[in-house]
Formats: sequence, C-alpha cells, structure tokens
Amino acid sequence: MSSVIKAIPDAVAPPRLEWRVASVVDARDETPRAKTLVLDVPQWPGHRAGQHVDVRLVAEDGYQGQRSYSIASPPEDETVTLTVERLADGEVSPYLVELRPGDGLELRGPIGGHFVWNVAVGGPLLLVGGGSGVVPLMAMLRHYARADAAARAAVPVRLLYSARTADDVFYRAELAQLADQPLVDVVFTFTRGAPPAWTGYRRRIDRAMVEAVSWSPAAAPRAYVCGPTSLVESVATLLVDLGHAASLVRTERFGPTG
Amino acid sequence: MQIEELRLDGNAVGGILREVFTHEMTNVLATCVGCGSKGRIAELLQYAHPMGVVLRCPTCDRAEVRIVRTSTFYCVDIAGVQLLMTPESVSPATGE
Amino acid sequence: MADQPFIARGFRRRSPATGDAPRVPPGQYETKDFPVLSAGPTPRTPLSTWDFTIRDTDGRAARWSWDEFQKLPRDNPTVDIHCVTKWSKLGTRWEGVSVDTLLAAAAAQGAGTGPFALAFCDGGYTTNLSLADVTGGKAWVAFGYDGAALPPEHGGPARLLVPHLYFWKSAKWVRGLQFLLSDQPGFWEQHGHHDRGDPWREQRYQGDP
Repeated sequence: MSSVIKAIPDAVAPPRLEWRVASVVDARDETPRAKTLVLDVPQWPGHRAGQHVDVRLVAEDGYQGQRSYSIASPPEDETVTLTVERLADGEVSPYLVELRPGDGLELRGPIGGHFVWNVAVGGPLLLVGGGSGVVPLMAMLRHYARADAAARAAVPVRLLYSARTADDVFYRAELAQLADQPLVDVVFTFTRGAPPAWTGYRRRIDRAMVEAVSWSPAAAPRAYVCGPTSLVESVATLLVDLGHAASLVRTERFGPTG
Repeated sequence: MQIEELRLDGNAVGGILREVFTHEMTNVLATCVGCGSKGRIAELLQYAHPMGVVLRCPTCDRAEVRIVRTSTFYCVDIAGVQLLMTPESVSPATGE
Repeated sequence: MADQPFIARGFRRRSPATGDAPRVPPGQYETKDFPVLSAGPTPRTPLSTWDFTIRDTDGRAARWSWDEFQKLPRDNPTVDIHCVTKWSKLGTRWEGVSVDTLLAAAAAQGAGTGPFALAFCDGGYTTNLSLADVTGGKAWVAFGYDGAALPPEHGGPARLLVPHLYFWKSAKWVRGLQFLLSDQPGFWEQHGHHDRGDPWREQRYQGDP
C-alpha cells in the first residue's frame, strides 16, 4: 500500500457519526410530488450548508433501505429540514413522503466536507441546480439570507435552476423573495413545459445559458453544481471550457433522476 | 440508461468513509497512484455498485478506493490512492 | 456492529418475494427488471479489434476474432440468474458459445486448460472460477440477450455467463480466460467476496461456508 497518512490530533476529531432517531415536527407539500420534512434531531451537532444526512429505514423483517438526502435548512436553524421527491419506482422516497408529525426517522450526519459553502468563503457565488439538486443550494441561499448585511453585500449570488415544469419548482415563493434582494438573481429554465406567458429559458442548460448567467472567469466565481449526473457533468465541463478554474467548481451528482 | 448517467461521486459515500476512517474524508486530497492526478475524494467517480464502494480516478478511471462492508467485516483497499489528511481537511468546523 | 435498530413502521422492500420458490435461492427475491450494475465506465471495444483468448498454464493461447467467434457453434440457453445483491431473474434468454466448445476448439489449437481460471475483461474487471465451474454445460461466452445483441451496459459485445453461480462471476466485457495452477481472486474476491459464489449455499462473502 502506498498511502502516507499524517497523524490527526485528537482535538480536531469530529464527533462520531451515530445513527439517531429524529422526530418529524412538520411535513408539508413542497410540490405535487415532493414533501418538505422538518426534523428535530436529538444532539444534532450543527451542520454546514451543502452537507447531507444518510437516512435508514429498517423493516420488521430486518430489510434495510438507506439513502442520502441533502439538508435544505441553513446552519442557523435548530431543526433539520429535508425535501424529498417521491420517485415512481422508489423504495425509500414513497415512505418518507408519507411521514407525519410525531413519526420517527433514523438518520446520521452531517456528512460532507467538500460540497459546502458559508458566507465567509466569499463569492461571487454561482449555484446551478437541476431538479432536487436545488436542495443543498437552497441551504446555501438560506444561510446567505441570514447573514448580516455587510457579509451579504460582499457576495453576489446567482442561482440557475433547471426544472421540468413550474409545478416541479421547490421553494418557489421563497426564491421569489430572495430574488428581491439586490445582489441575488434567480434564473429558471423549464425543460418540459413553461408557464403561460413565460419569457425565460425553455431548454436544458447549455453553453450559451451558462455563459449568460455566470460571471466571467475574471471574477473568479465559486460554482456549486448539483442534480442529475448528466446535468452536473455537462455544466461543470462548460464552466471549465468557458475559462473557469476547475478548483472553483464543486459538483455533487445525484445519479440518473436527480 | 448509460452507466455513466448512473454514476455518482465521492460525496455520496461520505457516510461509509466516516465509518471506516472516523473522519470526514470527502475533502481529503487524493493522488492517483496510476496517473498522478490530484483531486478531492468528493471528486472521485463512484459507479454505485451495491456489492461495494468503488471510487475511480476521473482522469484515468483507475480504481483508487474499494470498500466492501458486510455484517462481520470491512474490506478496505486504498492502494490506488495516496491520501493527504490534514486537520483542515478533516475538521467540519473550518471554512474550507 | 449493528445496534438495536429503530423499526420504520410500515416500511417494506419494494418487491416482495414472489415467483417460483424452488427456483429462487435462499435470501433472493425475484425481479422482472434487469438492473444495470457496474463498478466502472462502459468499455467501448469495436468489434474490429475485439478478440477472445484462452491461455493455458504453459502460456499457449488460442484466439478468435469477432468474425471467427461468430462462426463457432452456438447455443441459446434459457437460464435463471442470481445477483448477490439479492435479486434473481428467472428464464433469461441468451445466445452464445459454450465454454466447452471453446475449450475443445482451443485444444485443437494446442492450448489446454488448468484447474482454475481467471476471466479478464475490458476495463480491468476480473473474476476467478474453477475449471469444474466453467465446463460440463455450465458456462458460455454470450453475445446475445433476449433475442438481440447484448447491449454494452449489460456487458456487450460479449460477457461470460455462468448462471449456477452469483452473477458477479458472469463477467461483463469478457476478453478471455487465463488458466492457472492455483486459484487467484479477482476484483470482488480480493475485497471480501467469496471465491466460488454458489447462491444455493449463499456463498456471498469470504468466510461463508
């Protein structure tokens, strides 16, 4: 084995990753297919925007299903919020969208050390999300919104959000409010059907769209791209082709459905 | 459905990596022993296979990390990668 | 390693155990899907450069190009397949050349066998098998599935088909069999999976009897 591992002082060892049983505090419709679950997690150590939790369901016969879900809430919240889209052939998501306040849910976290952002890291901040890929980006946006005015003034933020139709958009009203802030822009593109009188983008994210929405490479924006694997890889490649440094582009692939 | 559309990345296995290494590993710097390219574990490609975790170099496809976990053992192979683990890269509390 | 688990009330696996019980090994569940599983990117070997090699323990080799391979006598086995990840698919239909046919043709070219084989594949995947497990009508090099050419995501141009063992032994994108004097663990076997993989004995992991 050719690995060299440096010694890690005990003082910086993070808490052990334990499975904990959270309780559902609120469960509300986000879209016709998606639910937002607000969870009270005992001894939750806090998290960073962009991190996720692993959720585990154990059936009475011992069968287990485990999936990862990005945390939608900002670090400033005491509860942990997830947004789960019901997949047609899913095994875990159909169960999660039926949870009610008072139900228990086993999870562990927070997990993740690379696809994370906080306002001290700075910007400009480019967030590109497809489908449920918007969830970790929303945690970043919500964290931004809770920062003080001076911190916010230093970081312009743009979200490019690709959704099938307007009915599939998570956090619609909240995004409209956030977009009212002077330094925040939210750009939608609809890939299957746009609302009536829509004058915005109606196609998959492509080079022209990324170029129009992003800052120039000279501004050195930090980019976070999340969603279906094909969208993430194509957008990350486009950003690098447009001249952005690969080290400033962070990606999180959600697999085929995103 | 193309296999490449199904692939994930090292972010997705942050949980099992925490089990094995007891530290957050996704922002650890990994050097591929095959081609020498460097990147974060989060950037390695995972072809999500239920038989085990396989993380591959995005440049040369070499399998850098392999983990099989059963109810009685973990089998961990990191022979394809050289890891640089620093306090900054393993503490979740810092900015980067 | 497991604590007392929290039971998720009402949660159950998506497809309950159904189907023809005697044909489904213990711990398995029947599926009508054909899940695509891969530990790496899909190799894209053009047929013009594809070949299949049998190499014996003395290094003597027999090799067939795609066109030569297509001229060999072929079978159309219908078999049940069992993945170690617990799904079983019954009555799958294949087209290919049996390994018995290949070994006979290889012998005619002066290449023999050995007690063990390591299947090697485009993309670097390997898996180990005993001679007994690939002979006697138990194994094929398959290039057709369900009446059509085997698609790349399922191992095309050709994969090994060894249905009496867990399906990880049916190596995708196979390019040959290297015979050996001793058993040499392949990709998954090096990392905790069983050297033989008999689903009827649930030989999933090293240490399983």
